[in-house]
Amino acid sequence: MSSVTLNVNGTSHTVDVDPATPLLYILRNDLGLKGPRFGCGLGQCGACTVIVDGVATRSCVTQVSRAQGEITTLEGLATDGTLHPLQAAWIEEQVPQCGFCQNGQIMTAKALLDRNPNPTDDEIRLGMNGALCRCMTYYRVQAAIKRVAADSAASNSVTVEEVV
Amino acid sequence: MATFTQVPKEIEQLLDLRAPTTTRRDFLRTSGLFVVSVGAATVSGPFAAAVGAEVEGVQVTGPYPDPDFRQLDSWVVIHEDNTATFYVGKTDLGQGTGTAFRQLMSEELDIAYDQTTLVMGSTDVTPDQGGSGGSDAIQTDGWPMRRVSAEARRVLLEMASERFGVPVSQLNVSEAVISLKSDPSMSITYGELIGGRRFNVALTGDRVNDTTGIATVKPVQDHRIVGQSLNRYDVPAKVDGSLTWAVDVKLPAMVHARNVKPPLAGASVVSIDEASVRDLPGFIQVVHKGNYVAVVCEREEQAVNAARQLEVEWERPATAPFPSSENLFTYMRDATPTSGNDPDVIGDPEAALESAAQVIEADYDIPYQGHTSFAPAHALADPSDGCMTIYSNDMKSYGMRSGVAEFLGMPREQVRVVWMEGPQAYGRTAADDAGFEAAFLAKELGRPVRVQWMRDEETAWDTKGPAYAVTMRGGLDAQGRLVALDFNARAADYNHVGYNEVGTILIAQLMGTDTRQATPNAGRASRPFRMYSIPNERHASQVVGLPLVWETPLRTGNLRDPDGPQVTFAYESFIDELAVAANADPVDFRLGLIEASTEEDSGFKRARSVAVVKAAAEAYGWDTRPSPKPLASGAVLEGRGVAYSYRNQTVVAQIVDVEVNRETGHVWVKRIVCSHDCGLIVNPEGLRRTLEGGILHTLSRALHEEVQFDEEKVTSLNWASHPSLKHTDTPATIDIVMVNGDPNPDRPDLPPYGAGEAVCKPLLAAVANAIYDATGVRIRRVPFRDARVRAALETAGV
Repeated sequence: MSSVTLNVNGTSHTVDVDPATPLLYILRNDLGLKGPRFGCGLGQCGACTVIVDGVATRSCVTQVSRAQGEITTLEGLATDGTLHPLQAAWIEEQVPQCGFCQNGQIMTAKALLDRNPNPTDDEIRLGMNGALCRCMTYYRVQAAIKRVAADSAASNSVTVEEVV
Repeated sequence: MATFTQVPKEIEQLLDLRAPTTTRRDFLRTSGLFVVSVGAATVSGPFAAAVGAEVEGVQVTGPYPDPDFRQLDSWVVIHEDNTATFYVGKTDLGQGTGTAFRQLMSEELDIAYDQTTLVMGSTDVTPDQGGSGGSDAIQTDGWPMRRVSAEARRVLLEMASERFGVPVSQLNVSEAVISLKSDPSMSITYGELIGGRRFNVALTGDRVNDTTGIATVKPVQDHRIVGQSLNRYDVPAKVDGSLTWAVDVKLPAMVHARNVKPPLAGASVVSIDEASVRDLPGFIQVVHKGNYVAVVCEREEQAVNAARQLEVEWERPATAPFPSSENLFTYMRDATPTSGNDPDVIGDPEAALESAAQVIEADYDIPYQGHTSFAPAHALADPSDGCMTIYSNDMKSYGMRSGVAEFLGMPREQVRVVWMEGPQAYGRTAADDAGFEAAFLAKELGRPVRVQWMRDEETAWDTKGPAYAVTMRGGLDAQGRLVALDFNARAADYNHVGYNEVGTILIAQLMGTDTRQATPNAGRASRPFRMYSIPNERHASQVVGLPLVWETPLRTGNLRDPDGPQVTFAYESFIDELAVAANADPVDFRLGLIEASTEEDSGFKRARSVAVVKAAAEAYGWDTRPSPKPLASGAVLEGRGVAYSYRNQTVVAQIVDVEVNRETGHVWVKRIVCSHDCGLIVNPEGLRRTLEGGILHTLSRALHEEVQFDEEKVTSLNWASHPSLKHTDTPATIDIVMVNGDPNPDRPDLPPYGAGEAVCKPLLAAVANAIYDATGVRIRRVPFRDARVRAALETAGV
């Protein structure tokens, strides 16, 4: 056991655990977070995805001692009570079926759009390919991402006009 | 310990409904005995004393008798603030049925949807409607919900009539407010009439789904809430991370268990070396009985590690448990059936085949396909106060309650299952292994125990959709008319699981013979419906078993539309082969077979089938020609395929476009058109998403899914060795056409027929038919993985 300090959703937490423990178990069992979830424990499905310093990271295969960055979970996407545009689009598009994988879908999409705010259809499909869904909501996930990308493009074009 | 546990979201929402000035205690106290028992569902044993102190004189611990479905108070509770809570014995697996139930019940009660909440599937507070399965939520179980809500409205109108001294006929009711027709300023709310008090109204009905009062439901023409595409109430908490799922429940003193499964199917425990894990951090206990082995530790990751490190000596079974998946279909065709019913025969198929101008025959093989839930089986069991509470995502929570009671030798009244949201199951939790294991371990340890399976365990040992080997024969006359059809199927479905009966549960099987039933379940070998009018037709089917009947990783269960994709793949592929042999357009060929008869059933299924097939063709933009297309040049070949089927009265037709890469064998289904008629639609956009999900789930089964095994064990263990549909497989376009036309639009009772599973039937065949159209090569073995398609194209010289 050793003392590990984590910065999660803007708050610092210190836990006394085996440093080899997967980050996922600490987030869920010690910090009480419910966004990241266990799906495979192998980094194959995306259910456990969190964002560490801007990178979508599989917390089920990340040792807690190596998670030394700013960690954002699904719970940390909203700001001041306002949902992130992706979360709002998810509701608008009524994406989930059971919803269990949607943490992985949303967090992967967040990292994708942060990297590439206006992806092509192919870039969305490839960028999201590691996020599995067994209710197969892919069609709606892609629609929701396109909705956010289009909104972002529209607001950018307004900015351009204002500049002009 | 006076800390509240995390509670089911529905119950949180219910509690949140109270005005901020109303404390939980006041709410519980003023809402009547029944609502208090809802409070009981939010707490587990260690907290019972705290709640008991808070709610004086009310027993909030067990026992947990069944809610009486013949009491209106078991279904509908009106609160003082003029809101209502509905209680139903169903579970929502992610198709939004909870939202649909609220719409149906709000409609009949005449209350705004936003003024209602819903509690589902927890055995001590909701009447036993059996949980979920069979796409019957709206079709069957929605009826008592509608009738009891209508009855509550009737009773409230009677109360208002008495209050105002006028007949009911002189009252209006809208959004839970009753007013005088003659003077709308004279009004009273439902909450003022009965809020916080019991109806004490008896209902009638021999079985729960017959439950009714005196009132009748509204004619569909009067629906205002039913038919609206309301957003699902459960979605926001699923996208902001606030929902408490069954995996999230935590109790004080809770410990974690992981199973140690036999490394070979049918292996027996010889010895267990507890010393191999005794010194690991957090280790508490190794529990084993028969061939069931589990390790319990303080922390979850400790249990994972200890289960991996526990040294167990296993003895190989004396005989091979099953053939390899490569040899499965040969085995199935050669095996002696365990059961088979008399064939269904119309006319004289053998004579008709004998005299046919052209006879064709083909074999179709569909492998075992896993439920492979997105997350493994899990449950938390609390043994406090001599009772057993199981927090679970079991779709059939009522069956689990009875099964666990029998398994542990406890009275049913001392066992309850609190249903909570979980990963899709689509039939998996009909044998809720983790729930039984958690309950057993909690009883052994006398502490709350949480069990979760690992990925390889779930993929290898979950329940499987049965494999089918089908032989089809057909005869055409000189004019290309279908004169005879013979369907002969074998299903590897012996000892099919049921409804959480103890003998179907893996832990009970592993523990030994005293917890098994004497006779394995017979299983089922399905046959096609009589979709077409064919003068001579024979349908025969037999069940076959594998050598290992118990303790097997190839337990069969109901996988979303349990036999439909298999049977329909063979039948609708073969209809396509017959159309090719007749040089006919595949849509025209099918319409000709449907329209060859004018007989109708009470649901006008024949007329609706014609409408559905035509609607798909029209939405697709179908032009008439036979398959296949002339072979194109280039790497990518394009084709189209159609298939049609129905389930009960829900009719569906699908047309797909595929691209087949002849160099790699890769198939991309780029467009899917699905026309669908399921009668009354409660929530169109909710239905659309349910259909999309069912279609793509089946596309995954068409392109990827197969449980593979050697002669010792299952070798499909994770998403690499058991691939599933991915984002890159998603069609560019999915067009859903909701036909849903009542042949008699004036009748007041257009029933809902159920949706979700019917769309799973035709897709395998539609894709195979499209691959044939593109390439001229018929794939008769599922799934259509790249290597299989490439090999078939190579053999055919494409």
